[in-house]
Amino acid sequence: MSVTLSDTGLAVERHWQELASRRRLYTIGGVLFMIVAMSASLWFANESNAGKFWDRLPHVFDFIDQLMPRDGWEVWRALFDLPSPYADGSLKYDYPEGRVYLTSTLYVPEYIYKMLETINIALVSTLVGFALGFCLCFLAASNLVTQRWLRFFVRRFMEILRAFPEIVIAGFFLAVLSIGPIPAILAVSIHTVGALGKMFFEVVENADMKPDEGLRAAGANWPERVWFGIVPQVMPNFLSYGLLRLEINVRASTIIGAVGGGGIGEVLRLSISRTHEAKTLAIILLLLLTIIGVDQLSAWLRKKLVGEQAFAFGRGD
Amino acid sequence: MATLSAAEIDDISARYPEVFAGSQRKRRTGWLVGLGIASYLVFAWWFFAVGSVLAGGNWGIAGIYLADWVSYEIRPTVEFRGDRLDVTYARFSTYQADRQPDWVTLEPAGAPPPGVEGVAERAVIGIGRDNSLDITPRLVTVVRGNETLVIDIVPDERVTARGALPQWAEQKTPGEKLIVSFGFAGRAEIEADEVKIRHRFFGWENFVFDGNSPFWGKSAGEVLSLLLSGPRLKPEMSNAALAWDNIWNNSEWQHGDVWTKLLQTIVMAFVGTVFASALAFPLAFVAARNITPNRFANQLFKRFFDFLRSVDMLIWALFFTRAFGPGPLAGISAIFFTDTGTFGKLYSEALENIDDKQREGIRSVGAAPSLVQRYGVVPQVLPVFLSQSLYFWESNTRSATIIGAVGAGGIGLKLWEAMRTNSDWENVAYMVLLILIVVFVFDNISNVLRRRLIGRTVID
Repeated sequence: MSVTLSDTGLAVERHWQELASRRRLYTIGGVLFMIVAMSASLWFANESNAGKFWDRLPHVFDFIDQLMPRDGWEVWRALFDLPSPYADGSLKYDYPEGRVYLTSTLYVPEYIYKMLETINIALVSTLVGFALGFCLCFLAASNLVTQRWLRFFVRRFMEILRAFPEIVIAGFFLAVLSIGPIPAILAVSIHTVGALGKMFFEVVENADMKPDEGLRAAGANWPERVWFGIVPQVMPNFLSYGLLRLEINVRASTIIGAVGGGGIGEVLRLSISRTHEAKTLAIILLLLLTIIGVDQLSAWLRKKLVGEQAFAFGRGD
Repeated sequence: MATLSAAEIDDISARYPEVFAGSQRKRRTGWLVGLGIASYLVFAWWFFAVGSVLAGGNWGIAGIYLADWVSYEIRPTVEFRGDRLDVTYARFSTYQADRQPDWVTLEPAGAPPPGVEGVAERAVIGIGRDNSLDITPRLVTVVRGNETLVIDIVPDERVTARGALPQWAEQKTPGEKLIVSFGFAGRAEIEADEVKIRHRFFGWENFVFDGNSPFWGKSAGEVLSLLLSGPRLKPEMSNAALAWDNIWNNSEWQHGDVWTKLLQTIVMAFVGTVFASALAFPLAFVAARNITPNRFANQLFKRFFDFLRSVDMLIWALFFTRAFGPGPLAGISAIFFTDTGTFGKLYSEALENIDDKQREGIRSVGAAPSLVQRYGVVPQVLPVFLSQSLYFWESNTRSATIIGAVGAGGIGLKLWEAMRTNSDWENVAYMVLLILIVVFVFDNISNVLRRRLIGRTVID
């Protein structure tokens, strides 16, 4: 029951065939490119790694095996700094050593104290970053600032803050201030200013300009227009992004901690490199619980603030 | 248009207190939150001992470190040897006693007579255009702009300035070390047995060729003519190959090593992201409750994603560094594990938000379940998936730098090592610049691709 196609029909068919074959070509080309790039990358990665993949693979399982605790209580002993029956005078089971005494009997276990330190690093840097990003973002929004050069300058400034590797800022301040949490705070804050500033000005640019118009008509000056016309609209979104940042910053300050910024990251790195299995597990457990806790809390708060759109995460890093 | 007088406004606000009291309460909450944050910051100030740490910081050196990012110092030391002088440099410096920079003039010029200690009787060292140090064993004349300071030296005993010291010179104890400063251009420490000079130049020293290269100190034109037509500097290889080898193995900048490490970082981010996307793709179909109508499987996979994501990238990085040894494999694995969790979550959420009509349409014509997914679901979500992966590709490039520093290989580790020595800040600047360029380029590529995939409006 085939129908002879008219000239128009043939032209359509020919065009469709052309499109289909071009599409196929793109797909095949893309897949080939990916295969070549992936194999080259994998070869290069394996070649430049200290251990080769297939040689080291059995050791991965050895390492997991080593990590298995001797008994179910060991992890909890490590976590709460209780004396261990395996204590042999080495650093491996010296849990009570790290206690931070508040009074003569009341103490905070070492890792929980370190975790609190990391959380505080994240919290302080999020607050500082939020405050500075808040101040900067209005200057970068095209609906509030008519001077192109100012917008351009502020945006590039925030981009640099965002793209500048945190570890370099941390390393620089470590050299100046010596080891401790303050370089970590500075590094994470500086990054946060850039990251939040970018998200904030995008929110501001999507704000409804009618309140602003009204204020302008009533003779309000620029700060008044921003404060009464824009801020009330954007604040829930700002807070939501701030909470999102807090989640990211808890992770970031852990990582910066591992390279000398103090906190839980540092003790984790040390205990892994010294093969203190029980301590490592305790820290991983603590970190896992903390991150899940912070994520849940922040998701709940964000849902309260901005409703369903709160679930977007991991953006604007 | 009706207008209200002040009395009427007051009357209305008195009549409906609940409307206006609400905003009052809100305002009070604002103040309370502000107060809470302020007191938390005070607590944090105390908790981290911010004041004492900032006060104890070595801020003087911070300026030098920052200056080192974009400039370098050459440090000749003029030693007094009886009636003659020696001009020496640090052991691995580009300049040595037999290779003096052109701003150091020795008199008499030429090699010293045999058996005589010291290369010259007098050294004139120019610091910039307007400043100079004229050094002989008994007398040092410092010229800074239009001011002149004459200093008498009693070898191994005293340093005495003639007249009052100007602002730019400092001597803590009479007769001891005298320090003159030329601002950014440098400084000199004049002691009874030697003069230590630091001359700072803007730029990166020996960025292309290091001091051991035969091309060192030649202008671009000279190098070019050598490359094109000059006689072979080393018989076994052409000049171009030699030049390339010298640049690649530049001992101060280690271009070869830096670029290899940078490539490692890029590879880590690329492979990790691709693998994570590839694994998360099928798993997300199981985790999405509208695709797999099995609540147990949904929950299992979602919790699995949460686990991968919540065990931080740092933990994965440290773990795999222990397992695979330092290098990109550890970084790839860390990114792969973390991002499988992230992508799994993002993908399954995207799948749960699809439009069901297309699936129904495909199913209604009797297609097999796999074909329903292929033509009813994948076309809807693929652009979103790809866009999310591209976004994370770019952000993983940054993450890969950081986890590199804990041992996962790549430029992060190299960067960290350069910072630890506190003397290679120019190398840090070089690597940071490279990282910024890479992140910038990838950011743009990923933006362009995402825009082509999903149009400019959806996710940014």
